[in-house]
Amino acid sequence: MRGGHDMDAARDELRGAGVAAEADLRDDLTGEVRQETMIINMGPQHPSTHGVLRLLLELDGETVVRCKPIIGYLHTGIEKNTEYRTWMQGVTFVTRADYLSPFFNELGYCLAVERLLGIEAPERAQVIRVLVCELNRIASHLVYLATGGMELGAVSVMLYGFREREIVLDIFEAITGLRMNHAYIRIGGVIMDLPDDGPRMIRDMLEVLPGRIDEYETLLSKNPIWLERNVGVGHLTAAQCLALGVTGPPLRSAGVTADLRKDQPYSGYETYDFEVPVRTDADAYARYVIRLQEMRQSLRIVEQALERLDHVGGPVMVDDPKVAWPAKLSVGPDGIGNDEAYLAHIMEQSMEALIHHFKMVTQGVEVPPGEVYQGVESPRGELGYYVVSEGEHRPHRVKIRDPSFVNLQAIPTMVEGSLVADAIAAIASLDPVMGGVDR
Amino acid sequence: MRSDEIAAHARRFFPDTFSARDEATVIVERERLLDALAWLRDEPELQMGFLSSLTSTDHPGSDPRFWVAYELRSMPLRHRIRVKVGLREDDPHVPSVTPLFPTANWFEREVFDLFGVVFDGHPDLTRILMPEDWEGHPLRRDEELGGVNTRYRGAFIPPVDTRGMA
Amino acid sequence: MPVERLDGVHLGTTPEEIEEEVERGVLLTSLDRAVGWARKQSMWPATFGLACCAIEMMSAGAGKYDLSRWGMELFRGSPRQADLMIVAGRVSQKMAPVLRRIYDQMPEPKWVISMGVCASAGGMFTNYAIVQGVDTIVPVDVYVPGCPPKPEMLMHGILTLHEKVRTSETFR
Repeated sequence: MRGGHDMDAARDELRGAGVAAEADLRDDLTGEVRQETMIINMGPQHPSTHGVLRLLLELDGETVVRCKPIIGYLHTGIEKNTEYRTWMQGVTFVTRADYLSPFFNELGYCLAVERLLGIEAPERAQVIRVLVCELNRIASHLVYLATGGMELGAVSVMLYGFREREIVLDIFEAITGLRMNHAYIRIGGVIMDLPDDGPRMIRDMLEVLPGRIDEYETLLSKNPIWLERNVGVGHLTAAQCLALGVTGPPLRSAGVTADLRKDQPYSGYETYDFEVPVRTDADAYARYVIRLQEMRQSLRIVEQALERLDHVGGPVMVDDPKVAWPAKLSVGPDGIGNDEAYLAHIMEQSMEALIHHFKMVTQGVEVPPGEVYQGVESPRGELGYYVVSEGEHRPHRVKIRDPSFVNLQAIPTMVEGSLVADAIAAIASLDPVMGGVDR
Repeated sequence: MRSDEIAAHARRFFPDTFSARDEATVIVERERLLDALAWLRDEPELQMGFLSSLTSTDHPGSDPRFWVAYELRSMPLRHRIRVKVGLREDDPHVPSVTPLFPTANWFEREVFDLFGVVFDGHPDLTRILMPEDWEGHPLRRDEELGGVNTRYRGAFIPPVDTRGMA
Repeated sequence: MPVERLDGVHLGTTPEEIEEEVERGVLLTSLDRAVGWARKQSMWPATFGLACCAIEMMSAGAGKYDLSRWGMELFRGSPRQADLMIVAGRVSQKMAPVLRRIYDQMPEPKWVISMGVCASAGGMFTNYAIVQGVDTIVPVDVYVPGCPPKPEMLMHGILTLHEKVRTSETFR
């Protein structure tokens, strides 16, 4: 089936065969009424598809006979835009690809560029990176719970999920100045250290959140309606997952222990004590259980990172003047802005500092030629960055290997043969984010 | 295995193999591409059975102009390798790897859509991200960035791709 | 007889005409006020969340920044039952015809809030793929800047639209 034209083609066919179709509704030999399949378009504007996803469904009654997902409704040209900006500005573009896990986008890109540069971020920066990434994982899984529940009809889960997410977003706002799309993790480290009341806010969150996750368990895990709609739905075996390139919770729900934080650790993950939940049922309910348990493991990592921050001091940006962002920043009333003392220094005191600041901000870092692929474990699976440099002040090519883009290929395999309502539950269990799919 | 060991192992069959920045890269001609991928998957020391990513880079003015890069990953052995194929500007055809890796389906459609590289043998090579009737291949380096010229308080700010770097 | 003017409305010459015109003016003003008040009290948005701004829009509808204070927590799935379209997110070239079709399917009276800089002017994505401002496709009533705007900023935009609707002159 081809793109947008087959809807009109199908309609034309039916219209052309109009009168005749009425007459041969009955089979010649047996006299039974023949049943045609119906082609229905779901999306791109639909309350239950996860964003702007379009599904062409061929339905036989309520059963899906064939399914074709059509994407591209959110294509933003992020990859092309990064080729016309400096390396540091690339962070602000890349963070908006998968908008529910912005820190992971930034981390993957910055790790790739740091490997090209041959530098490593200081230890305190790495601990902060792990801290904010795991907080982001919790926030992303909360959105999965909220929207997944809402799509299945459990509207109160949506309100609870977003209530918990507000706690995490308050922490993000205190640290980075923004609730989403932060541009906080930069090449060489992070742009500024945690604020003074940051650790206290995170500790308060660590008191509250485990109880709330227990509430979700009580609400959903043994709920007969939740079980009825999720158990056995969206089945994908391990072989199918690996052939289709599916990673993340759907792959781990099929019994394959594959988590980049353990397999190919980055940013110090090998020094943290956490588990990777794995199930064997390979259905939507198993993925729900895995995500709940991942939230708990993320809280463990956050606690360890917070403890580590107490005794790991030092800079949060690498010391190299050719790489480090020159300004000293502070969180102001409208986000992160320049620190007053630093502005006084470059404007009034030192000409060299002003020139250096100007060059670093407008031209940025110069990256030696080469190519690198860096994978990180985002809440949806393997998020990969293939970065190619030609030795200039701007990237030659930044390719984002987004997990949702690949996971969506598994939709026809999961959905064909099941009911329409199961199709919605199956797609919700994949947790796709269309910003990453279309970039 | 470390990347230099992987490169040494692969170099016995594919002489154009190197290791840089902890990554092994194999460069093959497109005639040997499917054999190379199958060999990397079946070789017991490498077991590269998972295709992570498939993309293309454009170097206009160079020969070959397009490089198609396949990122392979081994789940059991936890290592990676990259396979690259160079394509000339007047002949951007490469065999599709969907028989070996079904996950390549949408990757190859995206590369066709954005770069114009044709994958022979692909089941449904149509545009995936741009509208069906879009003309051109946006991510090629000689296609312009597009968008609208901006005016602000009497000044004219030219589009991004025509602005020089300071 | 001097011509009386009340709110720029030509009243006529005889006292009876003036009285009739004043009554009609007062009636229609009251009707305007009543209708404007009713329209703004329960404006139902259509779901048109596209990207990051959609998440902030959902946060605005959730518990902390409660949109149901103004009767707007009920996002209608069908545009035929909605009177407000909040374009939340970046509109790509492929999505533009869909946006126009959804807008056309909404019955009058309808309003559009363009949420975020991507919907208002293309945002940071000045490129081939993004429509540089949805006001090239649909008429916009309120633009809310931000990337993404905080839910409080969206609420300010909604309240601005409410003021605009409440004081709009439909019948005069």
